[in-house]
Amino acid sequence: MGEFIYYGDASLLKRPKWDDKNAEDKFYKYLYLRKNIAGIHKELWFHQQGDRSWLVVTRNTKNHEILKVELATEVVKGLDK
Amino acid sequence: MSYNIFQIIKEGLKGNMGWVKTWRNPNIKKKYDVIIIGGGGHGLATAFYLAKEFNIKNIAVLEKNWIGGGNVGRNTTIIRSNYMLNENEAFYEFSLKLWEGLEKQINYNAMVSQRGVLNIFHSDAQKDSFIRRGNSMIINGADAELYDLNKIKSIYPFLDYQNARFPIKGGLFQKRGGTVRHDAVAWGYAHAADKLGVDIFQNCEVNNFKFKSGSCVGVETNRGFIKANKVGCAVAGSTSLLLSKADMVLPIESHVLQAFVSESIKPIIPGVITFGAGHFYISQSDKGGLVFGGDIDGYNSYAQRGNLDILEDVCESGLALMPSISKARLLRMWGGVMDMTMDGSPIIDKTHIKGLYMNAGWCYGGFKATPASGWCFAHLIAKDYSHSLSENFKLDRFKNGYMIDEKGQGAQPNLH
Repeated sequence: MGEFIYYGDASLLKRPKWDDKNAEDKFYKYLYLRKNIAGIHKELWFHQQGDRSWLVVTRNTKNHEILKVELATEVVKGLDK
Repeated sequence: MSYNIFQIIKEGLKGNMGWVKTWRNPNIKKKYDVIIIGGGGHGLATAFYLAKEFNIKNIAVLEKNWIGGGNVGRNTTIIRSNYMLNENEAFYEFSLKLWEGLEKQINYNAMVSQRGVLNIFHSDAQKDSFIRRGNSMIINGADAELYDLNKIKSIYPFLDYQNARFPIKGGLFQKRGGTVRHDAVAWGYAHAADKLGVDIFQNCEVNNFKFKSGSCVGVETNRGFIKANKVGCAVAGSTSLLLSKADMVLPIESHVLQAFVSESIKPIIPGVITFGAGHFYISQSDKGGLVFGGDIDGYNSYAQRGNLDILEDVCESGLALMPSISKARLLRMWGGVMDMTMDGSPIIDKTHIKGLYMNAGWCYGGFKATPASGWCFAHLIAKDYSHSLSENFKLDRFKNGYMIDEKGQGAQPNLH
């Protein structure tokens, strides 16, 4: 409904590999468990009504203040290194 | 003190000077058999049923703010049992039955009003799915009726029957559903629990648990350490924060849900009405205010206040259903923090630590569940095994694949 839509904790960028050791347990944690932080939270937003980019937003969940916005593609490049 | 007509007459004659406080303000004991963390509806109901039904006497309820200041006072006061999945429906129907006898049991006027809940449908496919849900309700002992268009027109003449985009085709009606004065539920349970000897402490925040060889033996609070044999957490909204002290990571995100009240207008809405083509529900309070709400804001938040785009969305949905309310001015709005789980259903379970129990994940269905939640949680704490009605609300269902996903949305909390 809004310009941006929310997807969830930015840890979702770190998807386990299917052939990892204990992949089943890793996928359970990846899919269902969340730290649900009160305070500075990194999270994924999709610019639905705009350029359709995926963003990693750093936001304070106690007062909704947005501290940093990065392109998810850039963040993922950092993770791969 | 018990409340009755003779007491009111007596006090009326004596200038109302003899009323005593609804619950005591006792001194904290060193040790309790059971400590309930969270003095909201669920926590107080748990304490009440522990004392009343499970014969446990030495109980404390610790509330970090004041009684009635959390989610029990931040909802749209609706009670109903119109779920489809058996795991949910049997539980919520038990809850509705407890609502029906609640005021007598707690000796408190909670203004339980079974004024009916109508879920409107707007297409033939939606009609089919509502009929299926209605059948599921009846199988589980609840009541459900299918209303056709003429019946709806006769009872709710103010709805928009000219809407081409979202035509009203009929509705699923639950006569026994309705509304309850929400903060009176908290006060009433506190009153009744206190009368059974439960100690209630406000402004008493739990900062940590104390563990001894794998068992929970008490809690550290801002008023010192309190020993306990068993500790139950009923702090929906803050469950992840509290249980992180026990090294738990949960399938929960905290989201804000808003509710809205208009200025008082003359009686127009006879019960609770929900819009089937968007997310909107509305009723009218006894003071005349229209009480309504819609979706959660949709992103993690602990702020207890919401955003304006949801207000816009809720009002748009409302006007699509009943344009006549467009001139009503909004009087109040507030937000509560919800435990949104990964399947949209609650968790009433033990934890991996002996003596530590959790009651959480009520998403935004927590208010109507209050009595059954308290009952089942009390059962779990007293007997150390789940009540048959809550045995599916286990934490490990996410690992084992036994999700209770009423809406079939998958593991994305902001869609439930």
